[in-house]
Amino acid sequence: MAEAQARAAQQRDPSFGEKLRQLLISQEGVLFLIMLAAVVFLATRTDKFLTVDNLLQQGRFMTEVGLIAIPMTYIIVTGGIDLSVGSILGLAAIVLGWTWQELGFPLELAIATAIISGTVAGFVNGLLIVRVGVPPLIMTLATLALYRGLAEGISEARSARGYPEWFFQLGQGEFLGIPTQLWLLIIAVVIFAIVLARTRLGRALYAIGNNETAARFSGLTVDRYLLFIYAFSGFMSALAGYIFVSRVSTTRSDMGTGIELDVIAAVVLGGTSIFGGTGSIPGTIVGVVLIQLLKNGLTLSGVTSDATIVVIGSVLIFAILVNNFIQSRRGVG
Amino acid sequence: MKKTFAITLILALLLALAGMPLNADGHERWDGADDLDVNPLACGMGDEMMDDEGDDMAEDMEMMEYDGGMVAMHEDTPGMDITLVDVPKLVGIGYFAATTLGQQQAAEELGNVSVNTDAPTEANIDDQIQVIDSYITAGVDGILFAANDPVAIAPVLRKALEAGVHVVGYDANSEPDAREWFVNQAEFNGIAKALVDSLADQMGGDASFGIVTSTFTTPNQARWIAEMWAYASECYPDLEWLETLEAQEDATLSFQQAQTLINKYGEDLDGIFAMTSVATPSSADAVQQAGVCEDIAVVGLATPNGMKPYVNDGCVRDVILWNPVDLGYASVYVMRAVVDGEFQPGDASVMAGRLGELMVVNGSEVLLGPPFTFTAENINDFDF
Repeated sequence: MAEAQARAAQQRDPSFGEKLRQLLISQEGVLFLIMLAAVVFLATRTDKFLTVDNLLQQGRFMTEVGLIAIPMTYIIVTGGIDLSVGSILGLAAIVLGWTWQELGFPLELAIATAIISGTVAGFVNGLLIVRVGVPPLIMTLATLALYRGLAEGISEARSARGYPEWFFQLGQGEFLGIPTQLWLLIIAVVIFAIVLARTRLGRALYAIGNNETAARFSGLTVDRYLLFIYAFSGFMSALAGYIFVSRVSTTRSDMGTGIELDVIAAVVLGGTSIFGGTGSIPGTIVGVVLIQLLKNGLTLSGVTSDATIVVIGSVLIFAILVNNFIQSRRGVG
Repeated sequence: MKKTFAITLILALLLALAGMPLNADGHERWDGADDLDVNPLACGMGDEMMDDEGDDMAEDMEMMEYDGGMVAMHEDTPGMDITLVDVPKLVGIGYFAATTLGQQQAAEELGNVSVNTDAPTEANIDDQIQVIDSYITAGVDGILFAANDPVAIAPVLRKALEAGVHVVGYDANSEPDAREWFVNQAEFNGIAKALVDSLADQMGGDASFGIVTSTFTTPNQARWIAEMWAYASECYPDLEWLETLEAQEDATLSFQQAQTLINKYGEDLDGIFAMTSVATPSSADAVQQAGVCEDIAVVGLATPNGMKPYVNDGCVRDVILWNPVDLGYASVYVMRAVVDGEFQPGDASVMAGRLGELMVVNGSEVLLGPPFTFTAENINDFDF
């Protein structure tokens, strides 16, 4: 409440310096400063890190996680979780390759089928969560196994290869000097950041996360919002699957295994509370970027992969502790 | 009507005639073998035979042109110190710890190579791609890899070649044009020969045997069985195949299938070929529990750790695989020769330190040599 009053006070008297200070000690601001510190540190360790080529390449690598992190933020804001995103990614990839190679669909139709299947998979998650009342953790843990099993069953351990050249444009090509898929991520981030922060839908999600019962009694169509965000999660996971296939030029049923943990780590690092009610897309994106840059920068400065994951884990804990400390002080002051 | 009938009859006769030669040799392949072309090696045992066969192979393979990739900005740097990165499928397992050990041995011998092994802790295609990409950016002279996926890894390896980084694979190949050379640990016909020779040596050339495999259609196992059939038909015509049983890659099922063979054929069964690293210890277990170690030889593909109990107590004599230490060792020697410009496309062989001369096969693959046989004398030296 004190926070809300402080914000209201500022809106009445928006001096620039004060605004900047508020921005910097906000959850996202603190994380952004930690990211800057990490970038500066890594840049001093190796001159290969802070180059345009390398950073763009990292943008290419983080697109799939970034795209899925958007709906994951929405879901966690409502107090839910979606563990099945990696399996949906794998299922969509397999559907794409299978409908194209085995069923002889035109490639465009195969892509559409894959994305629709992913959306349906997400919708099924939502349907059981809303209609039957299965907790999201349980439901998506079940479909994590179910969708992966489907992908393995359909593919029969075979992979689809030999796509035409145009198919690789999205995953391996460039547009105006920037990796094609990164454009997609940037556009998606801008649109869905605004949707969460400035629209009725966004407000409704925060309301559900803060108190679902109250939201229902306030006349919000809670079930519809939840159905939408789980289907949206399936859609984005399938889109990420398409990009992934385009990037690595083959389909495998184990694609996206474990990606749900990378996504959730980035979202939570970005300041979204796992209990729901708070969080933002800019925070999530800073989380995604920070993890990717750490992974890359540490490898470039000669740290091996097994040590890298230890460092990343430590940085996660450090960032969350620092942020908690500052936010609690801010709440008091 | 009559005419149609007559034509059909003639056609059918022609078809039957055309089909005849296919079955004319009277040899049906064993169950579980695929129907691809087979290429059995020359008969016999021992190293001197392998040398002969190596020469034969070199002659055969001269037909096949180099199909590997080319590194950009080609400048040979003979004798200069080079830094290599080794990216296996994953780190933290005994098998790749053994290849790393071999690489370090080679680096030490050569003195002008340093190798650093770095890979994801899980066999994940995307993590592996990102590790390789980072090392291209960081700048190394060469990349050694064992691919988690032959196609998925190809774009990043091509990027390395374009950046002037040499690329040599081992253990698990990529698309040929995405790397320069691939060190092939064992060819199907080599493994098949080693398995069949071992059984014939233990139980005689007129032994009867069954096979426990994963499924009839699993590619590698089907290939091995086809090559075993081809080699046995050629070299041990009196060996008698009884039955092939499927056991997935399941330990319990493998045990049961081996038991089925033992109970069904009793005295007639002299040997069991186990085609997977799961089936081999399970079959050995079944034979041991039935108390017929003396009467039935289990010969199979397996990693040493799973087989130590049976080899050490004498129930199993030979376990066939390759030596991963030698595999890693060879990969570094091949890389050094490539960097020095001593090993060029079109060459028929390459020198690899203590392993001697290794043959080029399939256009751009370096064959490690005959498979390695783990016995009671050496199995305890390995840990994977």
